[in-house]
Amino acid sequence: MTDSPHETWRENYDAARTRDADFTTLSGIPLEPVYGPRDGEFPGQFPYTRGIHASMYRSKLWTMRMFAGFGTALDTNARFREIIGAGGTGLSTAFDMPTLLGLDSDDPMALGEVGRCGVAIDSLADVRDLFAGIDLSRITTSMTINSPAAVMLALFVAQAEESGVARSLLGGTLQNDILKEYQAQKEFVFPPRQSMRLVRDTMAFTAAEMPKWNSISVSGYHIREAGSTAAEELAFTLANGFAYVELAREAGLGVDDVAPRLSFFFNAHIDFFEEIAKYRAARRVWATWLRGHYGARDERSWQLRFHTQTAGVSLTAQQPEVNIARTAIEALAGVLGGTQSLHTNSMDEAIALPTAKAARVALRTQQVLAHETNVAHVADPLGGSYFVEELTSEVERQAQEILADIMEKGHGSMLEGCITGIEENWFQGRIADSAYALEKSFNSGRRIVVGVNAFTEGNDEDDLAILRITSDDEKKQVTRLARVRASRDTARVDEALATLSREAADPTINLMPALIDAARVEATVGEMMGAMVKVFGRHVEVPSL
Amino acid sequence: MRGRVLVAKVGLDGHDRGIKVVARILRDAGMEVVYTGLFQTPEMVAAAAIQEDVDVVGLSMLSGAHLTLAPLVVAALRERGSEIPVVVGGIVPSHDVEELTTTGVAAIFGPGASAEEIVATISSLVPQDH
Repeated sequence: MTDSPHETWRENYDAARTRDADFTTLSGIPLEPVYGPRDGEFPGQFPYTRGIHASMYRSKLWTMRMFAGFGTALDTNARFREIIGAGGTGLSTAFDMPTLLGLDSDDPMALGEVGRCGVAIDSLADVRDLFAGIDLSRITTSMTINSPAAVMLALFVAQAEESGVARSLLGGTLQNDILKEYQAQKEFVFPPRQSMRLVRDTMAFTAAEMPKWNSISVSGYHIREAGSTAAEELAFTLANGFAYVELAREAGLGVDDVAPRLSFFFNAHIDFFEEIAKYRAARRVWATWLRGHYGARDERSWQLRFHTQTAGVSLTAQQPEVNIARTAIEALAGVLGGTQSLHTNSMDEAIALPTAKAARVALRTQQVLAHETNVAHVADPLGGSYFVEELTSEVERQAQEILADIMEKGHGSMLEGCITGIEENWFQGRIADSAYALEKSFNSGRRIVVGVNAFTEGNDEDDLAILRITSDDEKKQVTRLARVRASRDTARVDEALATLSREAADPTINLMPALIDAARVEATVGEMMGAMVKVFGRHVEVPSL
Repeated sequence: MRGRVLVAKVGLDGHDRGIKVVARILRDAGMEVVYTGLFQTPEMVAAAAIQEDVDVVGLSMLSGAHLTLAPLVVAALRERGSEIPVVVGGIVPSHDVEELTTTGVAAIFGPGASAEEIVATISSLVPQDH
C-alpha cells in the first residue's frame, strides 16, 4: 500500500534540515509545519499548489535579494557591500538603459542615460570593479539584463575566472527573458527569432558548464508593471516559459536538462489575496503542463521556483512614506504565496532611484516579516481558505484560457504562438487595454489610491531626501571607457569581434565561447552587440496605441 | 476638445504604459493623437511634429534623462523655426521642475497627474484659431 499524502509529506519533512528557531506563536502556542486534511495536497507534492518544498521556510527563509545599481561600477559596488553588510543574502544587478540596449556609454544615443536607471557596464574593467571584494562563489548574483544577456554572462564568466572562481562554481540567475521585452518592457535590440538563438546558446552553455546557474528568469514582473491583469501576467509568463522549453527541445536539449534551470519572477501587486492566488495557481499550472504536455520526469522540472518584487507601479510620489505600508503588504503576499526570493521596493521609487536609507528600510521590512511576525513558521497558511482556494482556481482558469489562445496562435507550438503574438502586437495590445481600463477606474474615482485621488492632505510636504545622479557620473564613465579603449590590444579585439560576426552567421554554432573570448580581450558591450547586429539586424516595433 | 498632439518617447526609455494611457485619454477627450514609437531622437521628434502639423508635443520620460533630453527637443523645434509647445510627463522629481521650465518646457505632469489636469493643460496650449 502506498503512503498517504500526509505520510509522504511527513517523511520528506523529517528528512529536511530545519532552521534554529522556535516554531511557536509569540504567546508560546506550538505550531505545526503545515495544516490540512491528511488526504489532501501537502507542500512539496505535485502540483505544488502549497509550495515546492515539504518544509518550506522552516528549512530556509526566502533569499532577501535586493536589486541595486546606479552610476559607475564603483558606486554600485559600494551599495552592494552596504546591502551585504545590512544582512542582504543575495545580489541583483540593475543596469542602466544604454547597457540594457547594448550601447556603450560614449554612444550618442546614450546621452543623458548613463548610470541613471542602473549601473553602466561597458567592459570587463567595469565588471571587475562591480564585484570587487565580493566572493562570487558564496553570494549568488542575479543580472537583470535581456537583449545583451549572453554578452553579460560572458563578461561575468571572464571576470570570475580571472579572479580564480571556476565557472562551474558560479551561482546566480541571468534574466535573459527576451520574449517579455517585446511584449512589455521594450528593451530589445535584435529581431525576436535572432534573439531566441542567443537564448538557446545561453541555455545550452549553462546546462553544460554552469550547473549552479539559472539560465532564464521568466518574468511576469514587467508584464504586470506595463499594465496587464494578474491572470495575463501569469499566462503570458508561463507561455514564455513553455516557449523556452520548446526552444531547448528544438536545440536537442532534454526538457529535464533545462526546466530545472528556469526560474520565474512575479510581481506582488497591491491586491493581497489575488496575488497569493496567482502564485499558487502558477505552481499548479506549470507543474501540470510540464509533466503532462512536455513529458518532464524530473520533479525539479515540475517545481516552479520564483522571485518576487513588490509593485513599482503601486507606489505614489505623493506622501511617499505611505509606500512603506504598501510594500510591506505586497511583500507579505509574496511570502504567504511561497516565494523563494524577494525584493522590496523603497519608499522613494516613484520619484527616483532609492537612497541608501530608503533601501535599508525596504530590506528591514523583509526582516520584520521574516523574524518578528512568525508568518514563515507554517507553509501555505491560507491553503484551505474557501476564498483563497476559489480565487486560485479562478486565476488558474483564466490563465489556462489565455494559454489555449496563445497555443492556437502557434498552431500547437507555444514558441510560435509567443513570437506570432509579438509580431502581431497581440500581447502589447492586450496589456495596453488592461492598463487603460485600470486607469479609467482610478480616474472615475471608483478605485482609490491614497494620496492620489483621495486623502491628499499632506501631499505638499516635500521633504524626502532623493538620490541625485548628476551628469558627472556620465562624464566619469565615458572617461573610464576611453581609458579602456586606449589601453587594450586593438588587434586582438578586432579579431575577436570578427570571429563573433562570422560565428553569428552560422546558427549551428554556440556563440558563448566567442563572446567569452571577446570579453577577455576587453571588447565592449557595444562592440560585441554591434558585431552581432551586423548579422542579426535590429528589431523595430510598429508603433500602436 | 480640439487639437492635434504628438506623443513621443525620446532616448532609450522603453516604458510605454504611461504614453499609451495618456494617448487614449487625449483621444477620448476628442483630440487627434500621433505616436511615432520608441527610441526617437530629439531631431526625429521635431521633424515629425512639424511634418504632422501638431499643436502640442508631449514627451513621456521615466528613465531620469528628462533634464538632458527634453531641452534638446525644445531646441530642435526652435532651430526649425517652430514654436510648438512641449510638455513632459513621467517621473520628474519636483526639484527638476523649475529647471525644465526655464529651458522652455511648457508644462510638466508628475506621477499621479489626473486625466482632467492633462486634458485641460494640453487644450489650453492649443491655439484658439485651430
